[in-house]
Amino acid sequence: MSEPVIKCESVYKIFGENAETMLKEANGNVDAKTFQENGCIVGVNNASFEVSKGEMLVVMGLSGSGKSTLLRCISRLTDATGGKIFIEGQDLLNLNNKELIDLRRNKMGMVFQSFALLPHKTVVENIAFPLQIKGINTGESINKAMDMVKLVGLDGRENYFPRELSGGQQQRVGIARSLAVEPDIWFLDEPFSALDPLIRKEMQDEFLRLQEKLQKTIMFITHDFDEALKLADRIAIMKDGVIEQLDTPANIVLNPATEYVRKFTEEVPREKVLLIEDVMDSSTTENIGDLKVLRDEIIENVAEKILTQEKTVAVIDNNNNIVGSINPTKIINTVFGGRKNNN
Amino acid sequence: MEILKKYPKLFQWLFLLIVFFALCFAIDVPETYKFIRGQAEFVKDPNQSTFVFLGKEVRYYAFDVFWRLPPLLGWLPIWINDSLFFLMNDWMPMEFWNEDTQEYKTRPLVLQITRNLTAFMTFLIELIREILLGGLETIVAFTSWDWIDANPWAELPGLPWTIVAAGSAILAYKLGGRGLAIFAGLAMTYISIFGQWKPSMQTLSFILVAAPLSFIFGLSLGIAAFKSKRVEKALYPILLVMQTMPQYAVLVPALVLFGVGDHAAVIITMIVAVPPMILLTLLGLRAVPPEVIEAGRMSGCNNWQLMFKVLIPTARRDILIGVNQVIMVCFSMAVISAFIGAKGLGFNLLLALNQLNIGLALEAGLCISLIAILLDKMSLAWANKQVDYFGNLNFFQRNKNSLFFALIMIVGIALAYFGSIYFKGGYNYLFEVPHNKGISTADFWNKGVDWIFDTFFVYIKAFNTWLIVEVLQPMRALYLRMPAIATIVLVVGAGYLIGGIRSALVVCGLTLFIALSPWWDRALVTTYMATFGVIVSCIIGFTVGTLCFQNKHSTNFMLNVCDIFQTFPSFVYLIPVMMLFGITDTSVLIAVIVYATIPATRYTIEGLRSVPSGLHDAATMSGVTKFQRLFKIEFPLAFPHMMLGLNQTIVFALFMVIIGAFIGTEDLGQYILKALSDKKGAGIGLTLGICVAFIGLIFDNLIRTWVDKRKKHLGID
Repeated sequence: MSEPVIKCESVYKIFGENAETMLKEANGNVDAKTFQENGCIVGVNNASFEVSKGEMLVVMGLSGSGKSTLLRCISRLTDATGGKIFIEGQDLLNLNNKELIDLRRNKMGMVFQSFALLPHKTVVENIAFPLQIKGINTGESINKAMDMVKLVGLDGRENYFPRELSGGQQQRVGIARSLAVEPDIWFLDEPFSALDPLIRKEMQDEFLRLQEKLQKTIMFITHDFDEALKLADRIAIMKDGVIEQLDTPANIVLNPATEYVRKFTEEVPREKVLLIEDVMDSSTTENIGDLKVLRDEIIENVAEKILTQEKTVAVIDNNNNIVGSINPTKIINTVFGGRKNNN
Repeated sequence: MEILKKYPKLFQWLFLLIVFFALCFAIDVPETYKFIRGQAEFVKDPNQSTFVFLGKEVRYYAFDVFWRLPPLLGWLPIWINDSLFFLMNDWMPMEFWNEDTQEYKTRPLVLQITRNLTAFMTFLIELIREILLGGLETIVAFTSWDWIDANPWAELPGLPWTIVAAGSAILAYKLGGRGLAIFAGLAMTYISIFGQWKPSMQTLSFILVAAPLSFIFGLSLGIAAFKSKRVEKALYPILLVMQTMPQYAVLVPALVLFGVGDHAAVIITMIVAVPPMILLTLLGLRAVPPEVIEAGRMSGCNNWQLMFKVLIPTARRDILIGVNQVIMVCFSMAVISAFIGAKGLGFNLLLALNQLNIGLALEAGLCISLIAILLDKMSLAWANKQVDYFGNLNFFQRNKNSLFFALIMIVGIALAYFGSIYFKGGYNYLFEVPHNKGISTADFWNKGVDWIFDTFFVYIKAFNTWLIVEVLQPMRALYLRMPAIATIVLVVGAGYLIGGIRSALVVCGLTLFIALSPWWDRALVTTYMATFGVIVSCIIGFTVGTLCFQNKHSTNFMLNVCDIFQTFPSFVYLIPVMMLFGITDTSVLIAVIVYATIPATRYTIEGLRSVPSGLHDAATMSGVTKFQRLFKIEFPLAFPHMMLGLNQTIVFALFMVIIGAFIGTEDLGQYILKALSDKKGAGIGLTLGICVAFIGLIFDNLIRTWVDKRKKHLGID
């Protein structure tokens, strides 16, 4: 595997006057309570992870869990108090101001919860803004911005002001603006949280469509667990500044690492999240019936078929090779089992 | 006792009032006391006492300490004055190269600096003025008098009024479209035809220097204060005092530093106009949402781009209000600075007012107001201008405005040339309509005023006499009857009850300053006039505001009216009242009431508007009547905002009361006006100004503290 695009090594962010000395004294063992007694608030506590190219990492947590702070450390909107952050191998915290600006102008794009559009600029001017900041001339930047307008489906509204648009449309502008410079890394800070549920779903689908096309490296912040499951390649769940668990959606649902994570997973309809391969038995290949299902099928879609079988069902990959098996009992266990015990 | 526990605040206030009245009755008026009509410090009166402080002798009338405090600060004006003169004439003499005499000359540093500043301002004003009106001083500044004598062709001819009028219409069209263009054209044509061209252009040239400079300084200082806490802390007290300082008072010290003329006027205007600009810039920048700043950073802005492409445009609304304030102050100063020899409409207006020629004053005032509204609208339009990127324009379409202006230039010059042949020997009306040769409606207005006066004389007189005898004089007597100690107890007690010990101390300091100055009596008169004005303004403003709020159209209409009235320079308000009531306190008070009603109305409407619509609906669904809703829901919630309006009303009223000195009042303003014509008046003028500012700040402090508490209590921000 090639070098990770984003790499964090025990990143800390602590707010307060003598945060740095306290962090040094704590010697890598930061306890939020003792810090708070000394007037410091721990935002991010020992975060280490990697995001590889084209991967979407969703950071999930409730408000105050430090997820936005973590994102701001990685985009260096705030300086991390301790630890190391590498962006494509570059040590982010050692960049000088000019290098940082260069990095942001060419490599990074960010979408904000409250859209953060410039109120005095029209849709197309807002989208062209990062290009013009870079020094691209007006005509070219407007042309490029018009492509972006089309990409997010706002053609015909390019001369509107943000105040004349609905929330969903405003966020489309925000997305287009963050993509205008064609960044490799895309940060999204609760981009859909301020939207109505229906619009949110529509935007999520739109977002997935875009990502399929663009294949960016993404850090996506949300407080909505369902959203995280729907979008993520991997999910990091944060609580009080600590990453409680970082894994694929399936693993988080099947094997929650802590009590806190388990609470989130309880209400999740597993058949909608898990794939056949997540629950299949890869050893047993005898006594298999005629039905075959694909390994990356979502359980919900094939459950009915499997449940009507008496025999074990074969699981195949895209090349029609049998890679495992699954029996109806397993499906029933997955969907209904295990929940009561947790209550 | 139960009641006492239930309403502790009420009883504290009652107790305070009882103490106040007890003090008033307990302390008798000293037999020797009389309201001093002249200036005590210049009258040699055997009844006066003296004391010497810092080598300055201070003379005053001694009374019982409880009745009036001795003027322990009487040395302050003299000391300020002496220091100013020392600074100007004796401090740090240095050798400076003198261009005219071609030799080194010894001059004090401050004098040299102020003279250079003055020369720079003069150059700027003259440059614009000579483009508009013609002249040779700009050319001389680059060459010499001898050279211009030898080359008379180099003298700037000035632009014919046709070109300026058409040019401003084109500019207005480019910025704001057809409506603004028509307004600009008509306004300029009016000014020309009515023979106000020259003074108007003089005023305009003054404004075109003062307003941009004030804007730039205000914006930069606002940015500096935004970036650095230390700068903000240093600026804050100055800003606070300058906000309530009457503009008159700044004139006097500036007179000493910068001399007489347009340049001094520009500098004073900047001193007055910059503080509100700083405050509004700061306010606007503070209100920019943090995510917008982050979005700017993530777009790769450096600090410069972040400030000028993200922060300032986003804070545009407040900054534009600042620009509007700057323009307002500039026009109001354009009139006031006529006192120190600025040329233009202001000078004509003052002259006309002095001669009681209401018609002429009206014309000059109208011109000032027209230019003020025009500049205000144009600056607004400029800031809101939109660019069209998609229009596929050819060369002509893109440059049509410039081409059109070039055409106008040619036509205008041709017309002026034609005029010079046609009006041989006489005045060239196509070049410039001379001051006394335009159409004048002055006679019409004067006759109108005479007619009104003749017809309604009895009623006006009766009203006037009634107001003065029955209301004003008793009120004034009551104010003057307050022993100093009782007033201080009342004010400090109110401070304590509203804001605790901190507020009490601040208010106490401010009051003591006034009480220990030689002008306590005068300050009382100023306060009485302001109080009367504020009470009436608030009643009118709150009523009108509430009535207008009942309907969306009337709300917008009223806000627009407020906007327009606010653009009028303050002196203009004196014209109609003098028309009707002549030179009396009534005139001043009515001007005060009209002027101060603007903020009262505006804040009432905006306060009522700020009531969340959800509450409005909730109240309606609870089945309230219109009146119940107004009194139980809207007023209590809008009250903090309305109180801020009261604050503004007080500031406006104080301003007008001081300006009213021009008509003739017996308050602090009268002394400020006197100090203007006094060679040693700088210290007196400044101290008087500070006294007025402190009166404003006392109320400001009390009201603001109360509002903050109330807002916290109601949970609104």
